[in-house]
Amino acid sequence: MTDNPYLPYPVKIQEIITETEDNNLKSYKLTFLNKEDEGNFSYTPGQFCEISIPGKGEIPIGIASSPTEKGFVMFTVNKTGVVTRFLHNMEEDELLGIRGPLGNWYPWEQMEGKNVLVIGGGFAFTTLRSSIVYMLEPENRKKFKDITVVYGSRSPGLLLYRNELIEWEKRDDINMHITVDGTDDPDWKYNVGFVPTITEKKITTSEDTYAIVCGPPIMIKFTQPVLEKIGFTAEKIIMSLEMRMKCGIGICGRCNIGDKYVCKDGPVFSLAELNELPNEY
Amino acid sequence: MTDKMIKKDQFMGFLHKLKNDYNVFIPAKEDDNFYNFTALGEKETFDFDYKNTRLSPKSFALPQSEKMFEFSLNKSDKDANILREAASDSSNTAIVGIRPCDANAFKVINANFDNPEFRDPWWTKHRDSLTLIGLGCNEPDSTCFCTSAGGGPFDEKGLDILLFDLDEHILIRPITKKGGKLLETADINQEADSSLKQKADEVKAASEKKISSHVATDKLKSKNALELFNASFWDDIAFSCINCGTCTFLCPTCWCFDIQDEVNYDQGDRIRNWDSCMFPLFTLHASGHNPRPEKVQRVRQRFMHKLKYYVDKYDNGIACVGCGRCVKYCPVNIDIREVIRLMNE
Repeated sequence: MTDNPYLPYPVKIQEIITETEDNNLKSYKLTFLNKEDEGNFSYTPGQFCEISIPGKGEIPIGIASSPTEKGFVMFTVNKTGVVTRFLHNMEEDELLGIRGPLGNWYPWEQMEGKNVLVIGGGFAFTTLRSSIVYMLEPENRKKFKDITVVYGSRSPGLLLYRNELIEWEKRDDINMHITVDGTDDPDWKYNVGFVPTITEKKITTSEDTYAIVCGPPIMIKFTQPVLEKIGFTAEKIIMSLEMRMKCGIGICGRCNIGDKYVCKDGPVFSLAELNELPNEY
Repeated sequence: MTDKMIKKDQFMGFLHKLKNDYNVFIPAKEDDNFYNFTALGEKETFDFDYKNTRLSPKSFALPQSEKMFEFSLNKSDKDANILREAASDSSNTAIVGIRPCDANAFKVINANFDNPEFRDPWWTKHRDSLTLIGLGCNEPDSTCFCTSAGGGPFDEKGLDILLFDLDEHILIRPITKKGGKLLETADINQEADSSLKQKADEVKAASEKKISSHVATDKLKSKNALELFNASFWDDIAFSCINCGTCTFLCPTCWCFDIQDEVNYDQGDRIRNWDSCMFPLFTLHASGHNPRPEKVQRVRQRFMHKLKYYVDKYDNGIACVGCGRCVKYCPVNIDIREVIRLMNE
């Protein structure tokens, strides 16, 4: 972080990847304009940045790259509001800013030596991708027992990072359960069904396992009881929240849930922590 | 540091002398019969009988609108699309006649803007440039309840200097080094005599007795936040609220802000503006989801933030100083004292 926590690092768009068939999700690989900024930008999977587009404003976006990937920082952005619409019309080599890394991260220290179950839905798979790439790095892989992923979207063309998903399918050090709500593709060889249903079918034990869950509210609503049925306690269900933010550093006052700020005390909370807070998110 | 004194008819001379080294602001009556802080000019006189300003003096450290950065969108400029910190004025400023409650508000807000993890550069710069010269309240207003909010009509803890209005004389009490320095600069060095000091004590004690409005806050800390959140009284409190935001703008401790970019042709500014939790836009996601779509949720948020979340987070008392502005200016008569009573029950 710079001395002024509101001042973004200038970055350049190195590469733009269109992720989904509806063109609504694009990944942006960004490089730092000043080399020393890259050294100062040290992050952990689960954290986010404020992406700053002069003239349009700032938006909080989870970091989709892993700190084990050097030379760039990646964000996958859904076209939704003023800033993201503008970003979707930007081109490679253009300049913008990022502020961060902000917020906390998935509880990596607690998860060491444990099984990790990753559950994601739709375009909320970004910091989960960061986490998977991070755990699969040979140095890190030995720190975790089984890694299992349940990831679903509405249709095959809406899955993020498809090439990587297929690569992970082939590996034997990660169990992949890719699913779609429905498809008319006769060659689809993965699962068909909603994320909670596939979770219930494929995941049989909660023993020694942390579940990190990120997805749309409806997916979370129906996945939570499934996890509880399998035996996960609230302490071991880890979620990442979204909220309208401005400052990103717990000062401007808008992203609170009770006395916690999602930007600074989150975005990662255990279900046990959330159960203590007002249901206002 | 010892108490000083000057004759009341020398007070304006003292303020004008201060102008050599400070920007001097005093409460002055505006056209519409309300007082607000105004830069001291030749015409202004200090009215010792004023109650309080309508707008709180928080804007001296948290302006309603403040330019943070500037940028160019002109691609031929070398630094196009790169933010530059905007110039800001943090020259020495003396706020003369600030009420002790409003001075305490700076301490309340400071816990948020200057914390162990992040220091807000604009807030800290502005705050450090201020010298707060408080005027004790000989005649508290009917809506004042500072003594229930950790303060008092002559409370010193937020001030650099405290003034006692004692008929023909002003007793001047330096409280901080900063205050002492200001008095040295202005050659205020006549020691207050013991009879004047005794008179000051009497005026202070009499004033505290005149505060007629009391409310207990002692149980707020130990209350369960979720139980308070789910309490049945919020619908009644919010019933008449029109979400106008007057309470948040006048409140000396409401600090929430928005950040917006403004562009004129190819040059732009990033600006922060006061915002209000009373407005639905405050929490509206780009997706259309809003965690606080109902007014009762927004009303609850404001009171819970001041009276419970802040209390739990900073262990610094409640985020209300008892100035009474929201009580006086709420168009539908929502009374924070009644809300405190319900929450503390």
